Amino acid sequence: MPPSAVSPPSVTLRNASIRFAGASLFEGLSLRLAAGRITALLGESGCGKSSLLRLLAGLPPPDRKTVWEGEARLEGEENAVRSTAGGIALMEQSNPLLPWLSARANITIGARLRGETPDVGRADALLDALGLKHKADALPGALSGGMRQRVSLARALYEPAAVVLMDEPFAALDALTRWRLQRVAVGLLAGRTCLLVTHDPLEALCMGDAILLMKGAPARLESIAVPPLAPPRDLQNRETQQCHAALLARLAS
Amino acid sequence: MNMSPLFRSLLLLLVLFAAWEALVRLADIPAYILPGAVEVLRAWHEHSALLLVNARVTLLEIILGLVLAILFGGMTALLLALFATARLWLLPVLVASQALPVFALAPILILWLGYGMASKVAMAALIIFFPVTASFYDGLRRTPRAWAEMAQLMTGREGVGRRQRFASAWRVLLRIRVPAALPAAASGLRIAAATAPIGAIVGEWVGASEGLGYLMLRANARLQIDLMFAALLTLVVMAVLLYVGMDRLLRRLVSWSAKGERDEY
Repeated sequence: MPPSAVSPPSVTLRNASIRFAGASLFEGLSLRLAAGRITALLGESGCGKSSLLRLLAGLPPPDRKTVWEGEARLEGEENAVRSTAGGIALMEQSNPLLPWLSARANITIGARLRGETPDVGRADALLDALGLKHKADALPGALSGGMRQRVSLARALYEPAAVVLMDEPFAALDALTRWRLQRVAVGLLAGRTCLLVTHDPLEALCMGDAILLMKGAPARLESIAVPPLAPPRDLQNRETQQCHAALLARLAS
Repeated sequence: MNMSPLFRSLLLLLVLFAAWEALVRLADIPAYILPGAVEVLRAWHEHSALLLVNARVTLLEIILGLVLAILFGGMTALLLALFATARLWLLPVLVASQALPVFALAPILILWLGYGMASKVAMAALIIFFPVTASFYDGLRRTPRAWAEMAQLMTGREGVGRRQRFASAWRVLLRIRVPAALPAAASGLRIAAATAPIGAIVGEWVGASEGLGYLMLRANARLQIDLMFAALLTLVVMAVLLYVGMDRLLRRLVSWSAKGERDEY
């Protein structure tokens, strides 16, 4: 089930800047996503997290008011440097599912667009893991917002990309489902380089191998200490709770 | 009041017929100007075999015209969507062709394709070609950006050749852009279903030996006004059924777009 046999690359962004309507969201921003790890990016809404995600994915700015500079590089073990265009799965907040396709067909659309035979078994396993086995044949119009988000997550995970970028992947879910799926997602993301954008400190603490905090205007990145345990972390754990308290203090400062 | 649509349509029809009959009787309109509903229905019954034979001809012309226009219009729209060269050279010609009154072509079509069915099919196809092409192409052009970007991320690999890039553009067209364009294309097809009968009838008026349009002209010349109206009534029934049938088909085809999902993007 792992997407690729080769080891995942690390992702590096150097000296990037994003301006929105003339105002600088960030300047001279550098970022490195460790190979095969989950990096959680925390920050308030409107600080440019979603734009940063698009920049990393190699997509154009979302609108005319947004201007950016910089290009992300994937660096494999053999130090082969290439642009990030391709080889990246992106799960945006807008969850654009294709309304004429069933949940299962939405998940495998990437394979079909590449002219490959869709791996239905893998799609069904993903649906099962995300608790949507019974909705495999349902059209998106018949699914709730949370279910659509889960299908969108499954679609990103189905892609053979070694790098996965996710923008608030659990935002539309109820607390219990979110808690459960955070744990499931950590397992499904094993062996891939992942950037998880979130505004939930607990989610970052549960899932992140590393946590970055995006603060200020223009924003700067700050590395946050994480508990020594590997994700998914138990939030009842004392060390995790101490980190949580410290993190909240940093967010509020 | 909660009525079934069928019952409501029948009731509406009944009221319209009654009003028609009442108007003719009360205003004492002579039958050679406007025969009453009862008389037209009687003529309909009397000439039903003749009407049926000619209606079949006209219906076939309309349907063949629709099929041809959808085939050629669909291909043209795909061509325009796939190739920038086609857009540069074909689009101006298409737009300019709309300045030409298509009805003026009817005599020429008869000259070229003869008195038979071909000239009427061509006439019907010609007048609906543009709405079909324009609506479908418009839909293809407006693929929601989120889907286009998703496709780009899923297919975009470095160092692939021209042929592979085209193959992948073709798959994206087929699997995403064409289905996404269907709601827009559907409005063009509805217009087509409503206007195709006009093309066939105009073609028959200019020169034909069968069909409802021909029958109307002949009946008019022989002062069989009741038969003329019966032919008109047949045409109306046919056109309405064609439109309703097309509408049903399209609704089933794009049932997903009515569920609010589309408005989100």
